[in-house]
Amino acid sequence: MKIQFKSNAFVIALSAVILGLIAGGIFMALIGSNPFEGFLYLFKGGLMNIERVGNTIATAITLMLVGLSVSFAFKTGLFNIGASGQMLVGGLCATLIAHHLFIPRPLYLIVLILAAIVGGAVWGVIPGLLKAKFNVHEVVATIMMNWIAYWSIFYFVPAFLKGPSLETESKSILFEQSLRVKWLNELFGGSEYVNLGIFVAIAAIIIIKFILDKTTLGFELKAVGANRFCAEYAGIKVNRNVIISMMIAGALAGLAGMTFYTGYSRNMQIGVMPSMGFDGIAVALLGASNPIGVFFSALFFGMLQSGKGFMNAMTDIPPEIADTIIATIIYFTATSVLFKRLWDWVAKKMSDIVAQKGGK
Amino acid sequence: MAYKHSTPATAISIDNTSTKRRLPTWLFIVILVVALVLLYFISNNHLVRMIAPYAISYTIPMLMTALGGLYSERSGVTNLGLEGLMLVGYFASALTIKMTEQTGALAVLPLGLLMGFLAGAVFSILHAFASINLKADQVISGTAINMLASALTVYLARIIAGSGNVRIVKIIVRKDIPGLSNIPVLGPLFFTQSYWSTWIAIAIWGISWFLLYKTSFGLRLRACGEHPSAVASAGINVYGMRYFGVMMSGALAGLGGGIILVTYSGEFNGSVAGLGFLSIAALIFGQWKPLGILGSTFFFGIATTIANVSMVIPQFGVIPPVIFKVFPYVVTLLALVAFSKNSAAPKAAGEPF
Repeated sequence: MKIQFKSNAFVIALSAVILGLIAGGIFMALIGSNPFEGFLYLFKGGLMNIERVGNTIATAITLMLVGLSVSFAFKTGLFNIGASGQMLVGGLCATLIAHHLFIPRPLYLIVLILAAIVGGAVWGVIPGLLKAKFNVHEVVATIMMNWIAYWSIFYFVPAFLKGPSLETESKSILFEQSLRVKWLNELFGGSEYVNLGIFVAIAAIIIIKFILDKTTLGFELKAVGANRFCAEYAGIKVNRNVIISMMIAGALAGLAGMTFYTGYSRNMQIGVMPSMGFDGIAVALLGASNPIGVFFSALFFGMLQSGKGFMNAMTDIPPEIADTIIATIIYFTATSVLFKRLWDWVAKKMSDIVAQKGGK
Repeated sequence: MAYKHSTPATAISIDNTSTKRRLPTWLFIVILVVALVLLYFISNNHLVRMIAPYAISYTIPMLMTALGGLYSERSGVTNLGLEGLMLVGYFASALTIKMTEQTGALAVLPLGLLMGFLAGAVFSILHAFASINLKADQVISGTAINMLASALTVYLARIIAGSGNVRIVKIIVRKDIPGLSNIPVLGPLFFTQSYWSTWIAIAIWGISWFLLYKTSFGLRLRACGEHPSAVASAGINVYGMRYFGVMMSGALAGLGGGIILVTYSGEFNGSVAGLGFLSIAALIFGQWKPLGILGSTFFFGIATTIANVSMVIPQFGVIPPVIFKVFPYVVTLLALVAFSKNSAAPKAAGEPF
C-alpha cells in the first residue's frame, strides 16, 4: 500500500499562521519580554470571559464581512484592495440614515442595511466598470477610490455631522438608532460592542456560499476567475461578471462599514483609513477565499485584535504586535510557494520512508 | 501586474511608445513660451510667492518616492509597498536624528536622511525576495509590506522612544539661495525659502534620468521591464537588475520619508497619510517617465498645498478644499482611462520571470 502525502491550501495557510505567530514571538523576545507570557495575555484578552468573547465577536463581525468581500472578488480573479474605501462610504450612508431617519425599528434596520449596501456597491462598481470598459487595473483603481473616500469623508463629517466636542469625529449615534441591542449585550456578559451585525455577517456568509456554489451566477463568476479567456470562449460575458463581482464585493464591504460605524464605534473618525479593509485581505487569504474559512479566520484575527489591549495592559508589549503578526501572516501567505516546496519535500521523504518500510 | 490588457508582444522593441507620442517641436516651443509668460505674470502675485515654497516641499518627498517606483516598475516589479517603505525611512531618519541630535554635529540631518535611504533599501529586500525569487503575487506582497511597516515602526517607536510619536528638535532651516534668488521670474518661485534637501532630490532625479535613459545599464534595466527573456538571452542577470530596481525604490521611498521629517513635519507620527499611494498615482499620471513624474508630482504638490492653505487664505476659500484633495486621485483614474488603449506601462511589470 502506498501512502501519498500532499500539501494543500489548509496546510499552507496553517504554516503561514504558525510562522506569523513565531515572528510575533521573536519580536516580543527582541524587546526583552517573555513571548509565552505575551501570547497568554493576548489570547486571554480575547477569550478570558464571556464579555471578552463578545468583544472578540464584535471585532470579528467586521472582519468577516470584509474578508467575504475580498474573497468574493478573488473568486472572479479580482483583487479588491479598496475595501477600506467601500467601508467608509457604506458606513457614511448608514451613519446618515442613523442620524436622520426615525421610523419603526424593523423597517429602519432594513433601510440601514440597504443604504450601506448601496454606498459600498457604488464605490465598488466604479473600479469594476473601469476594469470592464477601459481595462484599468482594479488594484490601482480601488486604491484611488480609497483615498477619494478618505478625503471626502475628511471634509464631509466636520461639515455635516460634527460632534459637540471633537472636530475629528462625528456625533454619536443614539443607542436606539445603532446596531447594538440590550439583550445581545446582556447575553455576552455586558460586552458593549457586540451588535446585530453578527446576524448580518452570518446571513451574508450563507448567501454568498449559496451564490457561489448553487447558482449560475456563481458558476460564471468562478469560471471568469479560473480563466477569463476560456470563460469568454464558453460564451460567458466576462465584463458583465467583472462588474457584478466588484459590485457585490463593494456591497459586502459597505455592510462591514455599517457594522463598524453604527455598531462597534457609533461614530465616524476622520483622518483614519479603516485598517480592517486590509486585515480583511489576511482573513480572505487565510480562509482560502471560502466563506466558511472566512468565518473561522475572521474569528481568529478578531481574537488577536481584541486581545491586544489586555496584553498591553498586563505586559510591556505594545499593542501593534497584533498588526505585526497579521502583516507577517499575509507576507508568508504571499510567499507560500516556499512552504509548498518545503512540505512537498517533507511529503516526498515521508512517502519514500513509508515505501521502503512497505518494501521490506 | 500590468495596467493594460495583456496582449502578447509581437516585436522586440524597447519603449517604442515614447517616440510615437512625442510632441512636435513647434508645439513644444509654443507651450514653453506660454508657460514662461504665465510664470512671469504669476510670479509677481503675492499669493503665488507665498505658496510656491510649500508646494515644492510637498512635491519633493513624492518626487523621490515616485522616482523609486519608476526604478522598480521599469525593472519589471510592481511595488505597491511604497507607502510602507516611505514610512520605514521616515521612522529610521527620526530615530537616527533623535539619538544623535544632542551632539550638535553638522552631520546629524544628512546622517538621518542616509539612514532613511538605507533602511528603505533593506526593508524592500522583503518585497524583492518575494516577488523575484519566489514569484509571489506582487500586489499581496506589497500590501503586506505596507501593513508590516505601519505596525512595526510604531511598535519599535513605542519601545525605543517611549511613545508612538518621535519628535525631533533639529530640522532643515529654509534659506534663500544667494544670487539665484535674485533672478527675476524664477528666483522668487524656486530659489527663496528653500531646503537644501530639495536640491539633493533634484540632483538625484537628474542622475536617475541620465542613468536610466543614457547608459547601457539603464537600457538593460528598462528592458527587464519589457522583455525579460530577451534580456536574459543577451546574458544579463535579470534577477540582479530587478533586485537593483526594487532596492532603489525602497531607498528612494525611504529618502522621501526622511525628507518629510526634516522639512515640514519634524515628528514621526506613524503615518505618511497616503503620500506613498499618491506617489504611485503620480507615477501612473506621469506615464512612467522621469519628466512625467516631475510634472505630475509638482502638479499634485500644488493641489495638496492649495487644499492645506485654503482654510487660511480667503482667495482659495471659494473652492472647497476637498476638491483639491481628491483631485490627484480623480485625474489619475481619468489618465488611466485615457491611456488605456496604448498604455506606457512597462509590459512585464508585475510578471515574475
